[in-house]
Amino acid sequence: MSPMTSLSASQRLQAFANPARFMALSARLLAPLWVVSLGLLCVGLYYALVASPPDYQQGETVRIMYVHVPSAWLAMFGYSLMAAASAVALIFRHPLADLCAKSAAPIGAAFTFLALVTGALWGKPMWGAWWVWDARLTSVLILFFLYLGYMALWAAIEEPARAARAAAVLALVGAINVPIIRYSVVWWNTLHQPASVFRMDGPTIAPEMLLPLALMALGFTFFFVTLLLVRMRAEILRHRVRTLRLARAAASAED
Amino acid sequence: MEEFFHMGGYAAYVWTVYALGVVVPLALAVHSIADYGRQARLVEALESEAGGRIRRAARPEQDR
Repeated sequence: MSPMTSLSASQRLQAFANPARFMALSARLLAPLWVVSLGLLCVGLYYALVASPPDYQQGETVRIMYVHVPSAWLAMFGYSLMAAASAVALIFRHPLADLCAKSAAPIGAAFTFLALVTGALWGKPMWGAWWVWDARLTSVLILFFLYLGYMALWAAIEEPARAARAAAVLALVGAINVPIIRYSVVWWNTLHQPASVFRMDGPTIAPEMLLPLALMALGFTFFFVTLLLVRMRAEILRHRVRTLRLARAAASAED
Repeated sequence: MEEFFHMGGYAAYVWTVYALGVVVPLALAVHSIADYGRQARLVEALESEAGGRIRRAARPEQDR
């Protein structure tokens, strides 16, 4: 039985790899994805701002967490996705993998920016400083620069196939930074607090704070995926525009 | 209600964070959708300009 199911699974994956099928499938997925992400974010905002208690130490500033922490998670998720898609593009030559990596970069960069700025706005009232050269903060700043470098490389190389290869290599080299960010709060005992949700011994955060955090994180994740599909669709069209222009140039050269 | 907006004296920090949390993703969404629309219009214009000949050559997988 298992060879049959794995065959059909790989066939499904191959169907998804075809840009035309991807366009048809993603067109059907977009509306429900928008509804789910905006719905989760609306409920999440209600719990984050209204239906959750202030912290006994941090007071109302704890509400900053419900934007800051999901942004930071998605900053890492975006880069991990970008690196994985780059690896798939380099190894398997999957026609959509490069487009996926390229489309994830600006979304990941936006969430990294959000994590850095909301972190500064949380640091000022709680630590007394907008910024410190703490290991976590510094490694996330490097993540932001990696995103910018990746996007600059795409923009700098005219030929898409060459740009994709160079950018994929950069994404893979920079992937070493992701575990450094994850464990920076463990390896270097500095100012930023350690993890309180994804721990080996379970979450230590209060349940009434875990709910708004989970809703916001889930909402932002759905939003990320929705936007990723929109951007990948735009990339496929961009590719078609390029092909049509080349065909037009070739046709006019023939005449 | 006033207490809600006051945020225990941290209003400037908390509300700036939430404003950014709405504006940054919204700006990216608007930019992405606008870019999709622009590319879609370009494809349409190029295809109608080229007529059937180039369309078949450029989109072999799209034959219906």
